[in-house]
Amino acid sequence: MLVQLSHPHRQVEIKGPKRTKELLRELNLVMEAHLVIRGDELVTEDEILADADQIEIRPVISGGT
Amino acid sequence: MNCTKCPTSTRAVIGLPRHNAAFCKACFTTFVHEQVARAIKAFKMFTPEDRILVAVSGGKDSLALWHILLALGYRADALYVNLGIGAYSEESHRKVRHYADTVAASHGAKLLVHVVEQEAGAGIRELATILHRPTCSTCGTIKRYQFNRAAVEQEYDVMATGHNLDDEAARLLGNVLHWQNDYLDKQSPTLPASVEGFAKKVKPLCRLSEREIAAYAVVNRIDYIVEECPMAKGSKMILYKEVLNRLETESPGTKQRFYWGFLDKQTTPAPATESMAEKDQRTLAPCDTCGQPTTAGTCSYCKMMAKAKTAAQPRA
Ligand SMILES: Nc1ncnc2c1ncn2[C@@H]1O[C@H](COP(=O)(O)O)[C@@H](O)[C@H]1O
Ligand code: Q46
Repeated sequence: MLVQLSHPHRQVEIKGPKRTKELLRELNLVMEAHLVIRGDELVTEDEILADADQIEIRPVISGGT
Repeated sequence: MNCTKCPTSTRAVIGLPRHNAAFCKACFTTFVHEQVARAIKAFKMFTPEDRILVAVSGGKDSLALWHILLALGYRADALYVNLGIGAYSEESHRKVRHYADTVAASHGAKLLVHVVEQEAGAGIRELATILHRPTCSTCGTIKRYQFNRAAVEQEYDVMATGHNLDDEAARLLGNVLHWQNDYLDKQSPTLPASVEGFAKKVKPLCRLSEREIAAYAVVNRIDYIVEECPMAKGSKMILYKEVLNRLETESPGTKQRFYWGFLDKQTTPAPATESMAEKDQRTLAPCDTCGQPTTAGTCSYCKMMAKAKTAAQPRA
């Protein structure tokens, strides 16, 4: 599956099927700091993502001062 | 994972470990609205008659806040401050204008804009260089000043920002680590208009985590700027948030207990406390087996030893 990441903007190819939770673990990302979006729908950590899915992992942490 | 609230158990879009819940789109939106309504009530932020000015940056928190207040039927206009930080400011300005035109306008809400370059003659970064001050502190001073000035001059009853649970917990952690007592007092979600010329300031998202607000924005198709301000890179706040999120992952609810516990302590006056020695004298007495002080008849050491000896007896 094609996975889009931010900060910096980039794309990686990951083999599916795979649970959301495992995808994040593989990329060394914490659930609490990210949202996983398939197409334009939010998915939960136990959802199984297929090899053909378009995935975006969006960071939610922000803040300067 | 299915929605824990729907009788029909629709597929959930988000799991909330700290609440032991998972929600579908509709139930999650209701949950977020309820959390904001509870904060508004608990901290006496404003009433439906009040005119609210929301500081909107184009990021998820403040656009979601504007969206929620309008959905709840409040009279909320917005103020965007264009800081003049190149492509980042241009893009965030576009997002705010787009939301104002496509959604807010239909609620009769309007957008005010302040452009730093127009008043100061330069953007934030140039100003910081001229003044020999860090960019973010220059920026903070300018934003606070403009928020307050717009609210007072345009006669809004209250000024709202999109600070969330993570912002407040991270700030609290920073303030506690350095024992910044003066700042601790200013961490309440409602700051009164203490003197003439000061607007009342509120943070209605203080009960919601950053992740919950981002999820709300995605679910409700709010188009916000995902990119960060280029100046935010490597900031202490981001480090504190990362640390707190690691703790949160291990024990869900940590951030909430940390920040809400602090607010509770702040609002409930400390009872007249007895000293530690006084308390010990009142509650402790000699153990009936060994004579060392204990709150129970037999001390926990003697109980443990007695138990160990019984268990160690060879069975007959
Ligand atoms: N450029 C801006 N214009 C208007 N409001 C802003 C701006 N930047 C930040 N804010 C407000 O300040 C809050 C905290 O911002 P931040 O420090 O970026 O997390 C946001 O939720 C907004 O309500
Ligand atoms: S929240 Fe932040 S906008 Fe301003 S320059 Fe950018 S990081 Fe720093 S303070």
